[in-house]
Amino acid sequence: MSAGEPLLSAEGLRKAFGPTPALEDAAIAIAAGEVVAVMGPSGSGKSTLLHCLAGIVRPDAGRVLYRGRDLTACGDAELSALRRSEFGFVFQFGQLVPELSCLENVALPLRLDGAGRRDAERRARAWLERLEVAELAAKTPGQVSGGQGQRVAVARALATEPRVLFADEPTGALDSLNGEHVMQLLSAAAHDSGAAVVLVTHEPRVAAWSDREVVVRDGRTRTTALAGA
Amino acid sequence: MSIAKTFLGLLEAGPRHGYDLKRAYDERFGHDRPLAYGQVYATLSRLLRNGLVTVDGIEPGGGPERKRYAITDAGVADVDLWLGQPERPQPYLQSTLYAKVVLALLTARPASDVLDVQRAAHLRLMRELTRRKAAGDLADQLVCDHALFHLEADLRWLELTAARLDQLGAEVRR
Repeated sequence: MSAGEPLLSAEGLRKAFGPTPALEDAAIAIAAGEVVAVMGPSGSGKSTLLHCLAGIVRPDAGRVLYRGRDLTACGDAELSALRRSEFGFVFQFGQLVPELSCLENVALPLRLDGAGRRDAERRARAWLERLEVAELAAKTPGQVSGGQGQRVAVARALATEPRVLFADEPTGALDSLNGEHVMQLLSAAAHDSGAAVVLVTHEPRVAAWSDREVVVRDGRTRTTALAGA
Repeated sequence: MSIAKTFLGLLEAGPRHGYDLKRAYDERFGHDRPLAYGQVYATLSRLLRNGLVTVDGIEPGGGPERKRYAITDAGVADVDLWLGQPERPQPYLQSTLYAKVVLALLTARPASDVLDVQRAAHLRLMRELTRRKAAGDLADQLVCDHALFHLEADLRWLELTAARLDQLGAEVRR
């Protein structure tokens, strides 16, 4: 990847689920350290776009380039390794493992990436502190509130220090105040770690934490450049 | 809302008499505040003076002569410029935005572009407020939140309108 090239980009993306088209010639480019909000109404294709960018869903046509590598040409094992080591994920409902403590949840991706238990837990504890939920370390996800659980999920997503954080409606299940807090912490932590963020949201106040927005409508991406912006 | 720009948009669809313009304006945008005749003819005089409209014909009648006005190329360019520029984000601008969307549809321009440009302007201001809030004290946060919630309401209206453009287009062209 040369200087000036986007970290992650896609062009000509098409994806249909059966007879239903989800993406139609979608395109996007994200620079390192940039926070890009992907906006659009329900069913517009924004989550499908995120899944294609993250190598979770294979597009029917088009290319996804990550650091110069075409993800659509990668095998499943290669994609899986990439997602584990270079990408982080936060979903609407934290998706923490209910049987594990919050500390173990955050340590889990580090363990999967080969870290020893003590090292993984030390780093996980630091991330829980960074997200202001250190006191929840020993609790299970069922014992914490929605907002606290989302902060643990953000800690888990950033623990491996990913180059790209994919966040799909990360505050969708939270009230305004908790959503605000999660976005403030997510945005600051991602900025400090230098991670690019792809933030899927239909909420303008969440999108306002991004550097810019890409709008998806009927599976097509639209960007608007403002004069003087 | 600019009466002059709205007149130009209405005239782009075809030449009209002053009275027809007033009636079209009142029906579409006037609601409970119809235009006074004085406003109509003062606006048309200004548009004539600025070369944005021209007198297309005069019909003599029993009463005063009836002038028919047509938009000039400069007038069309003026409408283009107006529709292409976002309004300064502020509460209660829906009436202007509504007029822009309807006129874009009436004149076969891409109305979704009007909405996109406005969304981008709103989000730009929301980002500024969010940054100010993140760096500010509680008072700053509350003041910014107030503005953010109003802007968000506008944006929700923009999204809803975007989803209904086909329906609105069919209605305004009926």
